[in-house]
Amino acid sequence: MQLDDLYRRVIMDHYKNPRNRGRFEDDAVTVDLNNPTCGDRISLQLKTKDGVVEDARFTGEGCSISMSSASMMTEAVKGKTIEQALDMASRFSSLMQGEAVEFDDYEELEALSGVNKFPARIKCATLAWNALRKGIDEDK
Amino acid sequence: MNTALIREQFPILHQEINGHPLVYLDNAATSQKPLAVIEAIKHYYEYDNSNVHRGVHTLGSRATDAYEGAREKVARFLNAKRSQEIIFTRGTTTALNLVASSYGRANCQAGDEIVITPMEHHSNLIPWQQVAKATGATLKYIPLQEDGSVDLADVENTITENTKIVAIAHVSNVLGVVNPVKEIAAIAHRKGAIIVVDGAQSVPHMKVDVQDIDADFYAFSGHKMCAPTGIGALYGKKTLLENMEPIEFGGEMIDDVGLYESTWKELPWKFEGGTPIIAGAVGLGAAIDFLESIGLDAIAQHESRLVNYALGRLREVDGLKIYGPAERHVGLVTFNLDDVHPHDVATVLDSKGVAVRAGHHCCQPLMRWLKASATARASFYLYNTEADVDALVSALIQTKEYFGDAT
Repeated sequence: MQLDDLYRRVIMDHYKNPRNRGRFEDDAVTVDLNNPTCGDRISLQLKTKDGVVEDARFTGEGCSISMSSASMMTEAVKGKTIEQALDMASRFSSLMQGEAVEFDDYEELEALSGVNKFPARIKCATLAWNALRKGIDEDK
Repeated sequence: MNTALIREQFPILHQEINGHPLVYLDNAATSQKPLAVIEAIKHYYEYDNSNVHRGVHTLGSRATDAYEGAREKVARFLNAKRSQEIIFTRGTTTALNLVASSYGRANCQAGDEIVITPMEHHSNLIPWQQVAKATGATLKYIPLQEDGSVDLADVENTITENTKIVAIAHVSNVLGVVNPVKEIAAIAHRKGAIIVVDGAQSVPHMKVDVQDIDADFYAFSGHKMCAPTGIGALYGKKTLLENMEPIEFGGEMIDDVGLYESTWKELPWKFEGGTPIIAGAVGLGAAIDFLESIGLDAIAQHESRLVNYALGRLREVDGLKIYGPAERHVGLVTFNLDDVHPHDVATVLDSKGVAVRAGHHCCQPLMRWLKASATARASFYLYNTEADVDALVSALIQTKEYFGDAT
């Protein structure tokens, strides 16, 4: 069990300097999710237009894994089509299952691959992606 | 108390986790089990297993004797007047739900009050929320002092002549504070209310005397006191229990069944529908014998020394915030390491073999009161040592260094 598998520099960087943190002033699809077993919370806002995720922001509180995953996710899906974003979400689930998955479209996500060795923390990493799926679903 | 000898009785403690000796500090969630309890359950299944109260055969008698013998041990352990006042349940949660669903719903109506505190475990909060919603009664909270303790003047002000039920933890599973339940019981009774005590964090750690407290109901779990999971008990005063309706029907609680009307067995069986948790009760009996062979007062002293040692050593860790009173924590210390989320703390500690809890501890209203989304908690039991505390402190210092370096 190597802690560095879990806490790579890129993860700590997103945790300390989260991207897209905040809220839109105007209307956007908003999804609030929490992880009741540990108290992590995320509020994700999505702006989509013509089948493309134009912008995403989040607020919330939680551990380094949940918050850095949210930061990376919002970066990863911005400018992608909804199909591409859902495909990334599905590849991210596979990554959490320990499968070798590539993210040519946003390589930093691969930093989270170590989470699969920490089963108790997988829920932290997937919280933001679950919010994304729910947001896209509600937008339909 | 010889901790080395006690530790020998707990096989699970003698293993490595991630290359380090296990330091188990999550006892407030569940305790480990000694050989005496493991052997008692094994013996029961190997020699005595049968259903209770119905077999005319020898095994039926043995199982019944073992089960009812365990009830008598619990009654003596809590100093109940009689074993009829002990209802076996799955644990504290089912015990408190039983009181709420049966006594609470039958005795509360609009205009009545149920009084609890913001430090209650969800198990002693949500059942009362539900009773209030169902009956129209008002749920009221005794405010907490700045350090998380309860002031008797606030108790006096919150409980009124309209209060029907006061429900309170004996010891908080987050703050470690001991609530003055005996004094609160006296106030409740003077104003015509009954008192329900959540003993999940007290019974394993101190001598509890339900008659001395004058508790009307007292709930606890076996698994936090060396017994298996799935067994616990509700103590209730006989006069109250006799006037309550069961909430589970069928099996052993039945006296006589007609097509349209049925009657229930007498106490305590009328509250024990279905085949009970017989091996669990046997395990609980063995756990009581084990704890009594060491002595509850000796256990309480050992833990008190350990917690004080932990409070002192934890104060050496830079940036560590301890929740609850400055002194007098029973069995546990809850804390946060600044800038490091408690889940991250728990993961790093686990990598050093140290098991602690991180999260909201089933106390979300208390977390909001503490202005923390989550906390870490180290909780102790009779087999923990100063070396365990040292391992915790050293792992916390490494956590701080790790997160300092990683940023």
